[in-house]
Order: sequence, then structure tokens, then C-alpha cells
Amino acid sequence: MSTTEAKPEATEIPEGRNVPRPVFTDAEAGAKEFPSSTSRKYSYFEPRKRKASVYEDVTVDVQPDNDRHLLQGWIYAFADGSSGYPKEWTGLKSSDWHKFLDPNEEWEQTIFRNASSIVRQVQASVANASAAGSFETWAKSWTRVVEQHVGAWAHAEHGLGLYVYTPAQRDGPTNMINNALSVAATHKLRFAQDLILYNLDLTDKVDGFDGQAHMATWQTDPVWAGVREMVENITATRDWAEQFFATALVFEPLVGELFRSHFVMQVAAIHGDFVTPTVIGGGEADAAREQRGARHLFELLVKDEAHGPANVALLNEWAAKWAPQAEKAARLLQPIWSQIPEKTLRFEDSYDRAQARFSSQLSDLGISTPEGA
Amino acid sequence: MSRASITKAHEKIQELSWDPTFVTPVEKYATDYTFEKAPKKDPLKQVLRSYFPMEEEKDNRVFGAMDGAIRGNMFRQVQERWMEWQKLFLAIIPFPEISAARAMPLAIGAVPNPELHNGLAIQMIDEVRHSTIQMNLKRLYMNHYIDPAGFDITEKAFSNCYAGTIGRQFGEGFITGDAITAANMYLTIVAETAFTNVLFVAMPGEAAANGDYLLPTVFHSVQSDESRHISNGYSIILMALADERNRELLERDLRYAWWNNHAVVDAAIGTFIEYGTKDRRKERDSYAEMWRKWIYDDYYRSYLLPLEKYGLTIPHDLVEESWNRIWNKGYIHETAQFFSTGWPLNFWRIDGMDDTDFEWFEHKYPGWYDKYGTWWERYTEMSKRAAGGAPITFNAGADYEYPHRCWSCMVPCLIREDIVMDEVDGQVRTYCSEGCHWTDTVAFRPEYMGRPTPAMGKLTGKREWETMYDGVDLAEVVEDLGYVRDDGKTTIPQPHLDLNPDKMWTLDDLRGYTVGSPNVALNGLSPEDRESAMSKYRRGGPGGRPAREPIAAD
Repeated sequence: MSTTEAKPEATEIPEGRNVPRPVFTDAEAGAKEFPSSTSRKYSYFEPRKRKASVYEDVTVDVQPDNDRHLLQGWIYAFADGSSGYPKEWTGLKSSDWHKFLDPNEEWEQTIFRNASSIVRQVQASVANASAAGSFETWAKSWTRVVEQHVGAWAHAEHGLGLYVYTPAQRDGPTNMINNALSVAATHKLRFAQDLILYNLDLTDKVDGFDGQAHMATWQTDPVWAGVREMVENITATRDWAEQFFATALVFEPLVGELFRSHFVMQVAAIHGDFVTPTVIGGGEADAAREQRGARHLFELLVKDEAHGPANVALLNEWAAKWAPQAEKAARLLQPIWSQIPEKTLRFEDSYDRAQARFSSQLSDLGISTPEGA
Repeated sequence: MSRASITKAHEKIQELSWDPTFVTPVEKYATDYTFEKAPKKDPLKQVLRSYFPMEEEKDNRVFGAMDGAIRGNMFRQVQERWMEWQKLFLAIIPFPEISAARAMPLAIGAVPNPELHNGLAIQMIDEVRHSTIQMNLKRLYMNHYIDPAGFDITEKAFSNCYAGTIGRQFGEGFITGDAITAANMYLTIVAETAFTNVLFVAMPGEAAANGDYLLPTVFHSVQSDESRHISNGYSIILMALADERNRELLERDLRYAWWNNHAVVDAAIGTFIEYGTKDRRKERDSYAEMWRKWIYDDYYRSYLLPLEKYGLTIPHDLVEESWNRIWNKGYIHETAQFFSTGWPLNFWRIDGMDDTDFEWFEHKYPGWYDKYGTWWERYTEMSKRAAGGAPITFNAGADYEYPHRCWSCMVPCLIREDIVMDEVDGQVRTYCSEGCHWTDTVAFRPEYMGRPTPAMGKLTGKREWETMYDGVDLAEVVEDLGYVRDDGKTTIPQPHLDLNPDKMWTLDDLRGYTVGSPNVALNGLSPEDRESAMSKYRRGGPGGRPAREPIAAD
């Protein structure tokens, strides 16, 4: 029997009602003093600051690790004997993978708040533009750019979300890394759908808008062949950290930002379009979050006391492997800059900006900018 | 959504996929299943534009309830008996949730259907939501419930407690091994479609009856995502059924997944519900009654049986034997008794059963008292801290033989007559049942029914927890595990709910008792002595009673 000191007082239940009886148990914090009665923080990890954030509390150590508290080891293995989250699934090495905490501190509440906020922003912009008749004033050549090229971009986001970040989030050695990658996947998938559903909206609202053109553009237009080739190559890469590096720190600055920030967002407004930058801006903000996470992760790895030099060498190899592909993809996009009537921005100016950011991010990590990129 | 209907939007997002031409997709996670391309539909038409605001609204309700619970002093009416078991439940469950997220690429890589990939990716996001929302619920419990000890070491304890390891296979099983075995058959077809009913519906009901309305709030919010996951799984199994080469694998995996889920989930959730509640209204359904309705009738009869029309043999024998174990062999009662026997090695407190409980158990499970009543009376007596008094684990007066552990499901071999002993991979192992013996010796092997199964996973790790501390003093074990309160001597686990420091057991009370591994001991015996020991073990029980009479040859 229970040995609580006071007998709980139960309320009477009216006849004919079959319900549990509320009982005063006085089981709230502070009702008694006893050993550990004030032990009200997770004690098995060191928080980044004095007090753990909600993000840390809900993320750290949920994925066990033999190097931390796991006593009996992983209890299932793949056919080759590897089990759990093998650290060998990337060529990079760390003295302590658990040092990485997502600088964006993404957890359940932030994921859905941020994504919903962007969804509402996009829908409100489309509705406002529609009500104001804004789509009717678009230059025809700009309409073709949105129909074909902005539509084609949705495929790149979709491919990276579904076939790069989604599988990568199975592979990282800690919950903090994998959750950051799954949130990145979420961002990419939502952005791809934002773009393609925007394409659907435009099909309904803009006379002559060909809602199917984006597929042929993506799959057969030589302008997009380089982007598609690079995206496909990243999907076919086994090393999750290489996938993250190639996507966030090579593809995004040299190709993603080139097209999104340094083209669409610069030239849309002068063609009467204030909606496309809003849609693109949501994805751009997400990509910036992923880059923040990537920079932090790779910074930890290049500064790792035991493995830093080897990691820098491998990252240099990866940069040399992926940067030429990104450069090729970027340069193949050049004709798009000529397809708009208001030539306010030269491709070379856009590319210089993208390239400068790419080099600066690599330089911060002590990685050389490969020849020609 | 905007003016576009969900159907139209869902059709539109299908345009995003394309067939790669520059590369052949890399096979990250192997499977022995074969799939032909098939235009299988996602019947729930999942679109992120509507998904995110819907989930945000669900979140707002959850967080509103959390604020309300604190402002309304919910913890003045929660039952400690119930809350203590949440230390174990909520230590385990965020890992299976996040493992389900990690499992999605296994399914995506194996199934050539972009429309399903989209649904599986949304499931990934759901699972991240579930894991972190459950961790956050536990954080709230730690902050507001009277005894935070056990919540405060939650993920460490999950990683080193024997009970955490049992729970961990309900998670690791989703992410490792053959991609379809893990991510579809074990996770979606059995775990989510069958056993989330008792996990996420029965558990919340019992929580509410014990004064806790936050667990129902969070877990019903979680459960409302599960229908989408069930739909994902069903689409994949229909695709697999289209290829005759998959039939044997499907039948193998259905047997393994069913039996392991039963062994693990029924042991844990059955115990939480039957032994964690203070609500002893006789009108309340027992776990067995709920199981019969939701798993036997709703899952087995309404979901599994119709698959027979596709030529699939359903494991009727295992379903019936699961029920037999729950109803006739006392599986849940034996498990609860084991958890309580081993209380010093837990990271939660376990309340004893009293006369009100006895009456309810006897009403719901006729014959219960004769099997278990006396032991629970001893438990209450032996829960009292007294100079020189042994914990029930080591108290000869308990009349309880510490059990062997099952190599496959890692729940001890509690139904003594069912134990199977076999020498496998050079080691003498024990199994709780024929089903678990088959899992290790037949299913998880690189060949099945004469065909190579090179992608099938392996059972690994140090699977008998007691081996880790064989020959170590109990107090040292508890200290090494970290199950000690902030005074450095009082243990987190207690065999009662009394928080009077004088009544609480300390490391000193546990000193002088040596933890032993039944498996190490068994392997140390001669073959003849092993057979004799097994024969005696099989004659033991129910309620863990050692066999009494001299043993004649089998």
C-alpha cells in the first residue's frame, strides 16, 4: 500500500456518473523538502550558457552515443556490422561531435512558427497582388522568366530537400546535427512547394502563363543542365557531411544566392513584380539559417585540436571537387540575365557578389578558394 | 490554402519530381525487397502549405494547455504512482519518435514512388515534432512535479538502464537493418498502425484518470499525425505485395515485427496502465480489454486479415499467442513484478499495491491474487527501510527467482515454462519464447528459407544488461549508473512513495548485495547442469516462484 502521510481527500461522485475522482495529492513542486527536491534541470550535459535553453533540453542526448551514456551499445546492426549512427559515415573527424549545437536552436515550436509565418506571408502577398491587379502589369518577358526559370528553381530546392537533406538527417552522429539537417530538409521542401504552388496561382491569374513550362526548362533546357547535374551529383553522394558542405557552402552561395538574391530579388520589382521576391525571400532566409548552421559545424571541425588539419585537407578536396561544378552551373545560367528587358544588373556583377561570399565563407574556415571558382 | 484546392495543389506538387539523368541514385540503405515503379497514390494528399498552419494551431493548443496546467496547479491532483512511471515512459519515447524521423530515408530510398516520398518527408517532420514536444513535456514535469529526481537524468538513464535498452529496440528497429523491414514493416505496419493505439490513446486516458491532463494533450496531438503515417505504410506494403518475390520477406517481417512489438510494448505500456494507476473503477477497461478492442479487433481483424486477400499469410498463431500471454500467462503482471523486484536499478519510484488494487485486479483478472497477491504484500513489507533489511531483490523471503533475460526482446523470460535455451553463435542464450528464439536464429540471418538475405540486419550489443555488472556490489552499480540524489547517498529509486528522508533508501542500505548475470552463470555450467537448471526454471512461476519439488528427468 501507499505510504503517503496524509490520506488523499477524494470528492464524492454523483450517483450514475462513472468518472475518475479528482483527488488532492499535493504532488506539486515545493510541497516537501527531501533529497533532490530542487533538482530541476537536466544534469547529464553541459549547457552552452549558464542555463540550458529549451532547444538544448529537448535535443541533447535524445540520440544515444557509445561515447556518452550508452551502456549496452547499439542493439541492432546493418548487415555489414555497422550500427547506430556510425561516425565513419563521413570522412571528417571530431574529438566531440556533441559540441555542435544548432545556432538557430530549431525545435518543434520554432519549426512550425517560422514555416507557418512564411506560408501566411506568401499567401497574403499573392492575395494582395491579385486584388490589386498587379500581375496584369508584369512585363511579358518577365512573365516568361517566372514561368520557366523561377519554376525550374523549385526542382532544385525539391531535390536538395528530399534527396540530400532528408537522407543526410539519418546519418549524422548526434541529434543536434540530424535535427538541424531535418529542419533544413523541411525548409527546402516547403520552399519548393511554395514556388510550385505560386506557379499554380499564376497559371490561374496571368493570361498565357504556361504552368507546365518549368518541367521542360528544368529537364531539357541547357541553361539548367549544370544546376541539375550538380543537384543530382549531391544526391548521389554517400558522405552526409560532404552533402551538407556541397549544398550549404558551395551550391548555395555560388548558385542559389546567385539566382535567388542576385538575380530574381534584384530585378523583379522593376518588372512590376513584388510577389516573387516575397516567395523567394522566404527560401532565402531559410537558406541563410542552414548556412549559419553549416558554418558553425565546419568551424568546429576545422578547429578540432586532434583532427583540424586533416579536416581542413578533406574540406579543401571537397571544395575543389564541388566548386567547379557550381561555377559551371552558375555560368550556364547566364543567358537568363539577357532575357529581361530592364538590364539593371550584369551577370558578372551578380556572379562576383556570389563568388565573393563563397570565398569569404571558405576563407573564414581556412579553406582555399579553388582555382577558377 | 489559397484558391487552389488541396487536390489541385497536391497534383501540382507532383510536378516537382524528375528522373535523374546524370547519376544513378546511391543505395544508402540496402533492402532485399524488390519494387517496380507503381503509380501508388498518397490518399491523404499532404501539402506543406496546409500542413504547417495546421500543426502550428495544434501546437498552440498544446502550449496553451501547458500554461493552463501550471496556472491551475494541476500537480496538486496528479497521482505520484502514475507520475513515477512517466520517468521511464518519457525517457524512452522521444527516441523512437526521432528514430522514426531518421527512418524515412530508408523507405524513400527503397520505394520508387515520388508521391509517397513527399508523404514520407512530411512524416519525418512530424516525428521531429513529436520527439521535441515530448521532451518538452518531460521538462515541464521535471519543473513542476514534486519529485524531479529521475526526470533530471532522463536521457542518461534511458541510455544505461536495462528498461531503457528494452525500449530502445522500439526505435533502433526502425533505423537499422533491411530498409523495408525496419522503416516500413516494423515501424509503420506494426508499431504505428497497431501499437500506437495503446501507446498514445490508452496511456493518455489513464493519465487523465490520474489527474494529469497534459499527457493526453500532448499525446493526442501526436496521435492525430499518425493516420498520415499509417497511410504511408499501407501504400508501401501494397506496392511490396505486387511482387511475389517479396511475399516470404513480408511474412518473415510481419512475424518478427508483431512479436517484438508485443513483447516490448505490451510489457511496458501494460505495466504503466495496470500498475501505474490509482483509478480502480471496475467499469474502467483493463489493459487486456483495451488490447482486445484496439489491437485484436481493430488492427488484427480489420487491418491485417484483409491483407490475406493479397495472398499474404498473417501470423495468426502469434497474434493468438500474444493474447494468450496477456490473458492466461500473466505477461503484464509478471513484467510489473519484475520491474518492482529490481527497484534499486530503476530511476523512478514504484508504489506498492494495496487492497483496493487487489480487488480490482481480481475483478479484471480472475485468479490474480493467488498468483501475485502474496508477493505484493511482501513487496510492501520489504519496501520499508530498516537497519539490515534487504531490498526485495535480494530478500530470500520474497520467494522470487531472478529471471533469465531474453536475448531477442531483452524482456526477461518471465513466463517460465516458455523459456527456450539454445547455443547460438558460440554462446548459450535464453529466449522468452519460441517467437524470440526464431527472431534471433532464423529471421536475423543472411539467409531465409534458402534465399540469400544480404540486407537483413543483425542483433548486436551487450544484450543481457546484468552482464555489465556481473559480480559488482549493488550500491556501486547504482552509483555508477548515477541514480543517486543530490545528497550523494539517497537513491533515486525507492520501493514506495514516501518522501520523508528518513524513510528513503540510501546507498548504504544497498551495500553488501552482489549483482549477478544469469547468462554468465548459465554459460559457466556444464551442459548437464544447464539442462537441469533449465528444467527447474521451467517449473517455476507463476509470480516468479522458484520450482519447489525435486525435479524428475524431463
